Amino acid sequence: MSEIKLDSKVPSGPLAEKWDRHRFEMKLVNPANKRKYHVLVVGTGLAGASAAATLAELGYTVETFCYQDSPRRAHSIAAQGGINAAKNYQNDGDSIYRLFYDTIKGGDFRAREANVYRLAQISVNIIDQCVAQGVPFAREYGGQLANRSFGGAQVSRTFYCRGQTGQQLLLGAYQAMCRQIELGKIKPHTRTELLDIVIIDGQARGIVCRNLVSGEIRSYVGDAVVLATGGYSNVFFLSTNAIPCNVTATFRAYKRGALFANPCFTQIHPTCIPVSGDHQSKLTLMSESLRNDGRVWVPKKKGDTRHPNSIPEDERDYFLERKYPSFGNLAPRDISSRSAKEVCDEGRGVGPGGRGVYLDFADAIRRDGKAKIRERYENLFEMYERITGENAYEQPMRIYPAPHYTMGGLWVDYNLMSNIPGLFVLGEANFSDHGANRLGASALMQGLADGNFILPYTIGDYFASGKKLGQGNRPPLDHPEFRRVEAEVTDRIKRLIACKGKRTPTEIHREVGRMMWDYCGMSRSEAGLKHVLQKLPEYRESFWRDVHVPGTGEELNISLERAGRVLDFIEFAELMALDALTRNESCGGHFREEYQFTEEEAKADPTGKTIKGEAKRDDENYCHVAAWEYRGPGETPVLHKEPLVFTEVKPTLRSYK
Amino acid sequence: MNLKLHVWRQKNANSPGRMVTYEAKNISPDMSFLEMLDVVNEDLIHRGEEPIAFDHDCREGICGTCSLVINGIPHGGFRATTACQIHMRKFKDGDEIYIEPWRVGPFPIVRDLMVDRSAFDRIIQAGGYISENTGGAPDGNAIPIPKEKQETAMDAAACIGCGACAAACKNGSAMLFVAAKVSHLANLPQGQPERFRRVLRMVERHDLEGFGSCTNQSECEAVCPKEISVKFIAQLNRDYLRASLMSARDAE
Repeated sequence: MSEIKLDSKVPSGPLAEKWDRHRFEMKLVNPANKRKYHVLVVGTGLAGASAAATLAELGYTVETFCYQDSPRRAHSIAAQGGINAAKNYQNDGDSIYRLFYDTIKGGDFRAREANVYRLAQISVNIIDQCVAQGVPFAREYGGQLANRSFGGAQVSRTFYCRGQTGQQLLLGAYQAMCRQIELGKIKPHTRTELLDIVIIDGQARGIVCRNLVSGEIRSYVGDAVVLATGGYSNVFFLSTNAIPCNVTATFRAYKRGALFANPCFTQIHPTCIPVSGDHQSKLTLMSESLRNDGRVWVPKKKGDTRHPNSIPEDERDYFLERKYPSFGNLAPRDISSRSAKEVCDEGRGVGPGGRGVYLDFADAIRRDGKAKIRERYENLFEMYERITGENAYEQPMRIYPAPHYTMGGLWVDYNLMSNIPGLFVLGEANFSDHGANRLGASALMQGLADGNFILPYTIGDYFASGKKLGQGNRPPLDHPEFRRVEAEVTDRIKRLIACKGKRTPTEIHREVGRMMWDYCGMSRSEAGLKHVLQKLPEYRESFWRDVHVPGTGEELNISLERAGRVLDFIEFAELMALDALTRNESCGGHFREEYQFTEEEAKADPTGKTIKGEAKRDDENYCHVAAWEYRGPGETPVLHKEPLVFTEVKPTLRSYK
Repeated sequence: MNLKLHVWRQKNANSPGRMVTYEAKNISPDMSFLEMLDVVNEDLIHRGEEPIAFDHDCREGICGTCSLVINGIPHGGFRATTACQIHMRKFKDGDEIYIEPWRVGPFPIVRDLMVDRSAFDRIIQAGGYISENTGGAPDGNAIPIPKEKQETAMDAAACIGCGACAAACKNGSAMLFVAAKVSHLANLPQGQPERFRRVLRMVERHDLEGFGSCTNQSECEAVCPKEISVKFIAQLNRDYLRASLMSARDAE
């Protein structure tokens, strides 16, 4: 726990040449030697599956781990909208530089420039790769790939497979993985959950897992550990993530010394189906692509309970079009979400509890015909009807923002390696590319970029740099450190099983999640965050008294699984709130009520781009990555700052007006 | 509303199972079917009993994890709907609901309503892919693909691998699952080089796993939450026949 120096390892040279230069400078592993290196890949979503397949193709020996019953079910599958790439197939002025600029601006200038540029560069290779794998992207009649525009972009650069892009991309990566399994290069472990990470002589050397069917605790040893375990939106209990999605892997790594970066950067997606009651177990996202044709509005009058179809045009407030004329309904996620909250806070929300806004397709249906709209969004309209019982062809949909994605994650350098040598972090689990807000159709892009095109190079450099790795150098599984971590994991399970309180893990999760949503969700204040920081340690204590976990640890036990995940969420929430409290600015998805533009500031801006109530960034004091170091139970984590240096772009006011 | 549930409980793969009756009380019509089970489970934990184990993940009908036979029909018999997408407004107060796991030999029961579907993974491993290493791909627009072909491929590719097709089949055949992957790739130019080898290998693995033969009853199509058409089984049969008639070397 001594001095940690954050070295981003961004290569020197002009931005556009950094990645090429770095690829040349990295050391290579001789093809005949690759099989001697053993990689443990945890998580089999887009990032994990593509990494596992590509590493195995290169010749490395790979083991994969997922809690689902098959790698194909990882939550990347639920992404609907699409994947961005700077192909400029539409000839509408797109370029690598524009995708880079849009992404860095969309992230409110809180991402690392070199990483984002590399992501934009790689985006074009990803599409080629996916097409070659047989991903059935939408096509035009001439046989060329089709594109659509997507939240936060003014060019059409999004590739899609109906409303099932994530599913098709994941199946592509899964199938590539299956091929390597058949070839004996990948050994898959399903229904297996990572519960801890083993570090020996300062290097990540293994993991400790629980077999979810038999309950067996087992260690696995490797030369590198790759975490591709997704995000932590379920800290809010209700989110669009699958219910079992959890923070355990990244949080355990944090407790073993990996730095956690920007945990307060969470994304609230504007187009979700509103909450219908206390029984709600999760929220459902409606693809953002709906905003291409749907118009967002609320009644001008407070508490207007008329049927939406009987509210005349001049009594409707199309608030996104009004506030952001050039982006309109396609304004970025953070801005659209906050605007929706604002009008609901004013008492103009619609539907049960007044927590909803309309997304209206009447104009689009008049313009393009019902058949065209059906062709574009049929599955989404069906899904909406199934959940709400309402027909969106006949009346507007009701939507409300919901937690959806987390930009924060484990700190990684340009090589996607955490500060623990040998511990690599990919996809949503790392913090690197989206800054304080992610643009639509960028998550799939990042997952595949990390797994297909970045890690396979950088991991070789790590292996070749001669740190006593590879066959013959791996510690045995009975190494004292493996034994020690196994014992800790086993002990924690025993303690959870011994808990015979009165509450279920889900009840506690719901309560803590709601508190996090109220005080550390779409908007945050100093007082609210302090309140949370006072309550969370109480929850952490009382959890052990209150929770009830039936059954034993030596069998399939869904309560035990949930209890462990909830406990990690409670501890993690403290870190998140602390980060939010420490970041005294508003940027992207992190909105601090104290830091917004006043009416006077808006009036004083001669360009007219400043809007009252918009996020007010503080580049002088907060243009950095906040990376937190764990210092032991009950201790305040230590903040390390990685300054963000912009050489190509100048951080400006993020205006979408 | 209040409901009476009859649920299959089974401790693990080796112990016998049985139907157990539970009351589901104060169920709101806005709840999803799985949320109704959540409520029952919370109640069970409060009473010190073990909750009903069932598979679920995305709860949005896309991951293919949920797998309940509801009143005798996989996914409950609502058109194009997975179990997780059923809402309780489809039921009425006083209804009795029977909930069972998939019952197919190659899907052994793990616990209660959870089954082991790794046989499906092994069928894909036998050849449900295009052998294309990362890095060598030509430009995405280099090979134009007619829109109709792409749409057909996508219709087949929409399969979520839930296994309802096999669970509904009186022969325990998973031919719709195999056909969906075979047809997805056979309809694309990229899938041509391995087209005939793929169909032979996947069908061989399907049989090896213990799934039965297809006798064209179309029960699979009726329960498929993604409405995968049995016409893809016809396409599989054509490709399989062609591949079988080819010399071994040509098919390989």
